[in-house]
Amino acid sequence: MSEVAALPNGWQLIVGLEVHVELATKTKMFSASANRFGDEPNTNIDPVTLGLPGALPVLNKHAIELAMRIGLALNCKVQPCTFHRKNYFYPDLPKAFQITQYDHPLNIDGYLMLPGDVRIGVERAHLEEDTGKSTHFGGASGRIHGSDYSLIDFNRAGVPLVEIVSRPDIRTSEQARQYVAELRSILLAVGASDAKMEEGSMRCDVNVSVHKPGTPFGTRCEIKNVNSIRSVGRAIDYESRRQVDLIESGGSIRQETRHWDDSTGRTETLRTKEDADDYRYFLEPDLVPLVPDQSWIEAVRTALPVLPAARRQALAELCGVDKDGESAIVVVERGQDDYVREVISAGGDARRAVVYVQQAFAEQGASPKVSAKDLAALTILERDSKVTSTQAKTLLTDLIEAGGGDVLAMAAKRGFEALDTSAVEAMVDAAIAAEPGAWQKYCSGEEKALGALVGAVMKSSKGKADGKVITTLLQSKRARDT
Amino acid sequence: MEKLVEIASGVSGGTLNASDVVEEYLKRISARESEIHAFNLVTADQARHDAEKIDNDVKAGKKVGALAGVPIALKDNMCTRGVETTCSSKILQGWKPPYDATVVTKLRNAGAVIVGKTNLDEFAMGSSTENSAFGPTRNPHDISRVPGGSSGGSAAAVAAGFAAASLGSDTGGSIRQPAALCGVVGVKPTYGTVSRYGLVAFASSLDQIGPFTSDVRDAATLLETISGHDPMDSTSIPQPALSLVSVLDQGVKGMRIGRVTDLPEGCEPDVLERLEAAFDALRSAGATIVDVKLPSLQYCLTAYYLIAPAEASSNLARYDGVRFGNRVDAADLNSMYAATREAGFGEEVKRRIMLGTYALSAGYFDAYYGKALKVRRLISDDFARAYQSVDTILTPTSPSVAFKFGSKTDNPLAMYLCDVFTIPSNLAGHPAMSVPFGVGVDSMPVGIQVLASTLGEQAMFKVAAELERAS
Amino acid sequence: MAEKISQETVIKVSRLARLSLNTEEAEKMTAQLAGMLEHFRDIDALDLADVEPMTQPYPLKNVLREDVIAPSLDRDEVLGQAPTAESGRFRVPPTIGFDV
Ligand SMILES: [Mg+2]
Ligand SMILES: [Zn+2]
Repeated sequence: MSEVAALPNGWQLIVGLEVHVELATKTKMFSASANRFGDEPNTNIDPVTLGLPGALPVLNKHAIELAMRIGLALNCKVQPCTFHRKNYFYPDLPKAFQITQYDHPLNIDGYLMLPGDVRIGVERAHLEEDTGKSTHFGGASGRIHGSDYSLIDFNRAGVPLVEIVSRPDIRTSEQARQYVAELRSILLAVGASDAKMEEGSMRCDVNVSVHKPGTPFGTRCEIKNVNSIRSVGRAIDYESRRQVDLIESGGSIRQETRHWDDSTGRTETLRTKEDADDYRYFLEPDLVPLVPDQSWIEAVRTALPVLPAARRQALAELCGVDKDGESAIVVVERGQDDYVREVISAGGDARRAVVYVQQAFAEQGASPKVSAKDLAALTILERDSKVTSTQAKTLLTDLIEAGGGDVLAMAAKRGFEALDTSAVEAMVDAAIAAEPGAWQKYCSGEEKALGALVGAVMKSSKGKADGKVITTLLQSKRARDT
Repeated sequence: MEKLVEIASGVSGGTLNASDVVEEYLKRISARESEIHAFNLVTADQARHDAEKIDNDVKAGKKVGALAGVPIALKDNMCTRGVETTCSSKILQGWKPPYDATVVTKLRNAGAVIVGKTNLDEFAMGSSTENSAFGPTRNPHDISRVPGGSSGGSAAAVAAGFAAASLGSDTGGSIRQPAALCGVVGVKPTYGTVSRYGLVAFASSLDQIGPFTSDVRDAATLLETISGHDPMDSTSIPQPALSLVSVLDQGVKGMRIGRVTDLPEGCEPDVLERLEAAFDALRSAGATIVDVKLPSLQYCLTAYYLIAPAEASSNLARYDGVRFGNRVDAADLNSMYAATREAGFGEEVKRRIMLGTYALSAGYFDAYYGKALKVRRLISDDFARAYQSVDTILTPTSPSVAFKFGSKTDNPLAMYLCDVFTIPSNLAGHPAMSVPFGVGVDSMPVGIQVLASTLGEQAMFKVAAELERAS
Repeated sequence: MAEKISQETVIKVSRLARLSLNTEEAEKMTAQLAGMLEHFRDIDALDLADVEPMTQPYPLKNVLREDVIAPSLDRDEVLGQAPTAESGRFRVPPTIGFDV
């Protein structure tokens, strides 16, 4: 991830995120047609989905439970709530209103923790319905501008959404990326959504403003069409610089909605506040209030899995790695932390176990084919210097390809017989004798002379000596001799 | 005209042929429909086919439903699969829904034979059926007069003997007022007792489907068939179907009937005279007449004409020329929307969309829509107080007998005043029904309205049956 | 309560509602709406400060449905009722201005 310089002249970035996620239900928010991505256009439709005259919405119980899971995982208060109509005309919005939650959303006042114990407030996480999908045809670019016509598919219309609105607590684009990544792993962990940004089941709108500390927040712009975690960072970096440059050159920021263009790396005006619609929100008369009772809420809370942050913490403590480090993050995100725990239970080396899994098990899923016992045996082999770390990597590949097996037999087949320390020590002594110049330089403090000595030992051992063991021996000999 | 219950028992008992019944009704339709224009569509072929099937079922000894062979007309705002459903609007002309309304499914399951779709004020907005895009319906008692509205076609169809019964929808009086003007029974049940699934929405928190019939027993029978919980309608009350027929002969002895002492002004003397006669009849039958006050009644019209258009403006936004119905083409999307809606909606519909959009818009919401919802509460509270001392309340259904065509079309407010006695029950969600009770000026029918509190249909039907016996 | 409705407001509202009123229609509509709104001022005198708004007539809550799939409508039947359709989808004229 390329680092972008902080904003110049003491400007401070302020970011809030609105993240829409499609819930992993079988059916739509208010009707029984399928919630399924990728089907033939207009094959998951019913009178409610199409907003046909006479159709009426009925709430999907599972959607509500998934939304409650999200709320509880984000430390929200789950409360009695109502549904409103948000009225506006658009061809992919069948009823010409979206059913959404307005002044009484299901989940309010939560938070999410980022690395370094940074706390990002979650204002609300409310239920609503998705729109259909327009595709624009003709014209020069196939984009909406200058197109000749559009075609609409309503399969996505009425798919249950939860909109998660953060407080403007984010101060760097890195934090924004971390927020989205963490939110995504929570959504996956609780099974609320498949959270695929590339398929649009998780979508980010980013609110960006800048100010000088001690002064009020600046006018914010909302950036739409930010479709990957990487784009979240890029869009914020671009937009904040644009705002600072504009202000410093004497201009002022207009409140507007902007569009992120991933190919040009720029944001451009979509619409300004002056042409904002008047949504005429009012209580949806075809639905009744949702009042989740305490026992329902507690049942959902009790069924929640251990969340990623707690799992990373536990794994980090078990393996002696950083809880915010790459291996803890990756292994937990892939759901392989239980597997690592099994490897350790089978007698494996904790630190090696987590690192092996992080580096080599990307394709293995939460239940790798390599048995915990086999991987444990490999970590012990390496820990006890029965094989070098290079050899261990080769054996790990063999193990994965074979889907497990007897590691000792594999090592023997490869000819990785164990070299014990005394054998290596003899080779080290031989190398010192053979390369007196290098040894002199190394002893006088020239660290890079070490390479030639290690290389010589490796060569004479035909790669069977462990580089780390060689280095340790050379270091202790230097300490003794000087 | 035959009673619904007689046809049903005759057909299921094998003494009456459903096909003969249907032919008889179709004959009456062809004789007089061109004069009355009760229907937007007569589904003669389908009706004959359905009747034949019922006859075959009876012959084969199969069990047939409670409405076997009964010819029924449907207001043309209830979805019928594959059969044109227009709401008497150009914007929906030609639209064939891909699904049946729940009431339609229930009718079919009960063996009813649907003879056609009846005319209405466009999207049920009106009190005279003059707002239909396909021309007005005429009152069978005097074709120079309106049948009332918005379910004017359904009321006229029963009054003219085109169907043994019909269904209408009632948002502010659209069943009861035309029932009164056409001299038939019309019932608006408690909000939530009859499913709205498949009823084209006008104002969602006020709309209810209900029956038109030639007598109270038929109304009770039909309402028993179409009521009951529907999981497709979130506002449907989770209770079994109403039980009504069993109470019809119980009389009103000991019942307390409310007389509203602060009834809004403007009711014609001939109608008030019939109201007094109704009180007398109930008194003679052993009921006690009790004075009640409903001080918020005078604000009902305002509350209604803010709430109903507000909901309607949102409900009618879906007519945008994209997925169904008619479109007026234009070079860009917004021009297409505007051209489609401009050409597709009639004047009254546009007026209410405008009023409702305004009442909901930023800056005006609290002053209009928000306030109207509070007034709605006041009315509901008034009724709650009154029902502590009475079982039902009696009022006129309409301030006057059927009026002449064109007499109110230039003044929307004058037309709105037709609903002054019927609107309160919609706002409160209560049941109310109109029963014919003699005639007023020019021998035109007068209806008396019986009101009851939520799910008070049994008390209401007892009183209605008594009035029917006395008339 | 709000001031008398202006023709400018009426035109703004007609745009929100996607009804294109010409000047003559807007004039007539303004007069009619003003007349109605004038009549509706009768509720201004009421003290409604402590009154709970009533949005639904019957108090229900937690009306839910199980997450079970029902068959889709037939696409051809549905598209056959659309003003224009193409390649299994509904066709609309181009949007002028920006996407929402
Ligand atoms: Mg938003
Ligand atoms: Zn949203």
